[in-house]
Amino acid sequence: MKTTMKLLAATALAVTLGSAASAKTLVYCSEGSPEGFDPGLYTTGTTFDAASRTAYNRLVEFKHGSTEVEPGLAESWKVSDDGTEYTFKLRPGVKFQTTEYFTPSRELNADDVIFSFERQLKKDNEWNQYVAGASWEYSDGMGFPDLIKSIEKVDDLTVKFVLSRPEAPFLADLAMDFASILSKEYADKLAADGNKDQLNQEPLGTGPFQFVAYQTDAVIRFQANPDYWGGKQPIDDLVFAITSDASVRMQKLQAGECHIMPYPNAADVATLKSDPNLTVLQQNGLNVAYLAYNVTQPPFDKPEVRKALNMAVNKQAIVDAVFQGAASVAKNPIPPTMWSYNDDVKDDPYDPEAAKKMLADAGVKDLSMKLWAMPVSRPYMLNARRAAELMQADLEKIGVKAEIVTYEWAEYIERSKAKDRDGAVMLGWTGDNGDPDNFLDTLLGCDAVGGNNRAQWCDKDFDDLMTKAKETSDQAERTKLYKQAQVIFKEQAPWNTLDHSVVFMPMSKKVKNFVQDPLGYHRFDGVDIEE
Amino acid sequence: MSHIEAQEAEAGVGESLPDRAPQKSVRRQMLAEFWFYFSENKGAVIGLCVFALVVIIALAAPIIAPHSPTLQNRDALLIPPFWEDGGRLSYLLGTDAVGRDILSRLIFGARYSLFIGVIVVVIAVSLGIAVGLIAGYVGGWVDTVIMRVMDIILAFPSLLLALVLVAVLGPGLTNAMIAIALVLQPHFVRLTRASVMAEKQRDYVTAARVVGAGPIRLMVVTILPNCLGPLIVQATLSFSNAILDAAALGFLGMGAQPPTPEWGTMLAEAREFILRAWWVVTFPGVAILITVLAINLVGDGLRDALDPKMKRS
Amino acid sequence: MFKFLLSRVAVLIPTFIGVSIVAFAFIRLLPGDPVQMLAGERVVSPERHAEIMHALGYDQPIIMQYLDYIWRLLHGDFGTSIVTKRGVIGEFFKLFPATLELSFCAIIFAVALGVPAGVFAAVKRGSWFDQTVMGAALVGYSMPIFWWGLLLIILFSGTWHLTPVSGRIDLLYFFPKGTGFMIYDAAVSGQKGALRSALSHLILPAIVLGTIPLAVIARQTRSAMLEVLGEDYVRTAKAKGLSRFRVVGIHALRNALIPVVTTIGLQVGVMMAGAILTETIFSWPGIGKWMVDSVFKRDYPVVQGGLLLIAMVIMFVNLVVDLLYGVINPRVRVR
Repeated sequence: MKTTMKLLAATALAVTLGSAASAKTLVYCSEGSPEGFDPGLYTTGTTFDAASRTAYNRLVEFKHGSTEVEPGLAESWKVSDDGTEYTFKLRPGVKFQTTEYFTPSRELNADDVIFSFERQLKKDNEWNQYVAGASWEYSDGMGFPDLIKSIEKVDDLTVKFVLSRPEAPFLADLAMDFASILSKEYADKLAADGNKDQLNQEPLGTGPFQFVAYQTDAVIRFQANPDYWGGKQPIDDLVFAITSDASVRMQKLQAGECHIMPYPNAADVATLKSDPNLTVLQQNGLNVAYLAYNVTQPPFDKPEVRKALNMAVNKQAIVDAVFQGAASVAKNPIPPTMWSYNDDVKDDPYDPEAAKKMLADAGVKDLSMKLWAMPVSRPYMLNARRAAELMQADLEKIGVKAEIVTYEWAEYIERSKAKDRDGAVMLGWTGDNGDPDNFLDTLLGCDAVGGNNRAQWCDKDFDDLMTKAKETSDQAERTKLYKQAQVIFKEQAPWNTLDHSVVFMPMSKKVKNFVQDPLGYHRFDGVDIEE
Repeated sequence: MSHIEAQEAEAGVGESLPDRAPQKSVRRQMLAEFWFYFSENKGAVIGLCVFALVVIIALAAPIIAPHSPTLQNRDALLIPPFWEDGGRLSYLLGTDAVGRDILSRLIFGARYSLFIGVIVVVIAVSLGIAVGLIAGYVGGWVDTVIMRVMDIILAFPSLLLALVLVAVLGPGLTNAMIAIALVLQPHFVRLTRASVMAEKQRDYVTAARVVGAGPIRLMVVTILPNCLGPLIVQATLSFSNAILDAAALGFLGMGAQPPTPEWGTMLAEAREFILRAWWVVTFPGVAILITVLAINLVGDGLRDALDPKMKRS
Repeated sequence: MFKFLLSRVAVLIPTFIGVSIVAFAFIRLLPGDPVQMLAGERVVSPERHAEIMHALGYDQPIIMQYLDYIWRLLHGDFGTSIVTKRGVIGEFFKLFPATLELSFCAIIFAVALGVPAGVFAAVKRGSWFDQTVMGAALVGYSMPIFWWGLLLIILFSGTWHLTPVSGRIDLLYFFPKGTGFMIYDAAVSGQKGALRSALSHLILPAIVLGTIPLAVIARQTRSAMLEVLGEDYVRTAKAKGLSRFRVVGIHALRNALIPVVTTIGLQVGVMMAGAILTETIFSWPGIGKWMVDSVFKRDYPVVQGGLLLIAMVIMFVNLVVDLLYGVINPRVRVR
């Protein structure tokens, strides 16, 4: 192909790296610019795709295409019986990347692990505030500074984490991006040069791809790490072409300007599927959209009222109008790709007549309520306003008057937390680490009332199950507990579970071995491209 | 300069027309003269007709629109215009992603655009004239301060300033209008001030002052009517600018909020369908273009008719 | 001349102070809490919240914040982005070449087409050519350019596949040590096809951004030309029997261009406003898109610093135009 030839020639000329003769380049049209390249500082998937899934590794990793955890930089680990001590054995002989800006002199050891965590945990660490206004969102958000009592170097290749309490999801947490392992040697050199900022601009890790250059808001270039401990990648160059507009991404994909793109417009999926040069992968996203009633306010304190309202809403119609079918109706608060999803739970059926009757039986007449709709598009609800309009029309049919209200996004989040809030709030959640605890306890636990628990729902039985599951490290046992919790949830109906989005990944037929990640990352390790 | 000319005509300076009309009908004669020059410009007349049509459509929207602009027909999502395959006669210009009739939305959208234009111009003109009169008449440090403030406003690109203003005030139609009026108003201040400064020294003003007219009377009754020509032209241009800027803000998501059938907002909502449903993108833009073009044609005609310097060339 | 320069700069100083106050005040008035904005659906504890506010300096009295801000400005520190944690001034200069290149090409496009069109329209006054040009100019002047851009993308990229969809150059070209001006970088790199690729990426955005200036320049040139053609010295030149080309091309055009140059200068502000829309539509990595993105992300320091920097650029350009005008037309200086 002509383009390929041009591509080869140009790569050879332009970039003085890699084995140019047969360089394979994969171009990924990414959806936005990374905020920076130190994954500890940020929270968005866009940044993680660009910064941490390429250049870095973690002690443990998520298995490709699943939410299960597998060995990463740690070959093996042991958990003490009381669940508070995790001892990791590091993989020997792991080399850091050699780049134009840094040549490592030693291999990965315990110091790098301690450095990577302590800068996030300890306020007095010299790297804690190395960029102005640095905040370690995830580490703080997950309570790591309190949870981790200490990190000890047992020997060069053994690290021990001592926790202040048992925490079953801890391993999954360590597979998250903020737990990426950086090179202490590189950091020391930058500190010595008085150039600490560079840590956030030119990443250097042990990952499958090494950083080459970033042109702001335009292109990020990586090349395969020749010394990667898992073996060199099948592709030679990886290019992120930043294209924030979804229809533009699609045009580029169709024109062959890129090989793979995330987040197509729902409206375009059918067109993409019919393109003979493309394949479209799809999978349920690790998210849920919900409508949370305030269960402390009458008449929403009665489960039958909440159930009646749930039955009045035609969720399939919302999925069709807002997502053009690119979502599935939700019945549980966790998505179907997550372990412990209880498929035996029956959703409240769409039945306006029955709903009307239930409301009348509950003694509710002339109900008028507020319906909160987010002002922004989120992955789990592309257009909340549109969805709210549909719900409004549905509720009208059973004689309930709904008034749609909305606030500016930050204010919306803040106001919707209030315990005495008026009305039902539409919101959602995207999972961080694939652990059901991250949905069920975070969003519905008693501790979260007045915070993430927008339904202000505190159910003793449900909360006991959560606590039990947190303290158990046996997955089969935890699965049982979470399945039971989902049954209670459905009986009590603090939410109307609306939908889980479906994530589409359109790509050129030339792309091989790309696996969709249930956590929503875009990983290119192992991906090949056919010439 | 029109005001000078007009004033000279009024006073009969340099006029030796034998059949000069009696004093009473001077105004009517001026109007006739204005219409004579205006109607000479065919484009302006066409523009005026189109604009009148848009006004009529806006006023009669509930009568002529075939559907409600917000009614969603879930069985008719993204129906193409009637002449395309799959189009329906009941939806002449097709439907959008939630099954609303585009033609009806465009018809109701005319109301918003005209409303925005009128309100913005009224705010900008009244504020601008008031401030400009004060700056020009009082002069001295008041003038300096006012003009510096106007310089500051003009130092920012208007759309950027409006965008940030709306972000401050909160997205929405009202705030968008306030923001646009604020960024358009310095033009009126400058224009009024310049005219006032030119007029202030003229004999008729001195005469009025000698007779004992107070400053407010002087400013509003004596000077202002003689600066009206350029202000009218500027107001017309601002009218079309206001519509364009409001649409741009709507397009950026900072103007009127969905489901308001404002044209710019419709375009913003339609952007994701750019490849799949050209009609949801094309028609709102055409509506904006036609309206703005009509107003600008009228503006050109007005300038020709009111500005004798252009008239001669 | 030097005195003239000084007087012009002196006027700019209070304007600059005013602009800095405006930029500063706006941002303090933005609703929404920046910390909560960053956290999204996640909950931030009140202590943590206070801590971040403190780190960002938002807990100080407003006057102190302003003085601190001016102090930093004078040291060339325009603040740090909350989102990327990088310096605003650095980001600005990284992205500014893209906007500059785009605006420059748009102006070239507008002048190259607008001036000759205006001249011919004036010479052939009343002809079908004149009417077509003036009609087209009015349409261009009335164009909602955000829609115009979408339309061109649908036609040229979507339907006819003539131009690339977005970006500045084909990905296979890469200039690690580039100046940021893609056309220049591509030209000096010597890589085959690089220049062509850069130009083909630039053409649609430049047309879209240049549309309104083109219309304004064509109209302005025509009316300036008409005025000059009516002057005595042109009539004299004609009477002397000079060729039509010499009369129009040398005598008339030179004088007609004076107001046109001013018009071009005044278009810079218009261009910056246009760049906001054009860059958003074409995903052009420049200042306009950066500002819009930052407004939506509530990245206060970037909005504040960017607003100020853009105003400074416009003030600078206006100053240059003023000075140029003084050079071309010495009468101005006497004022």
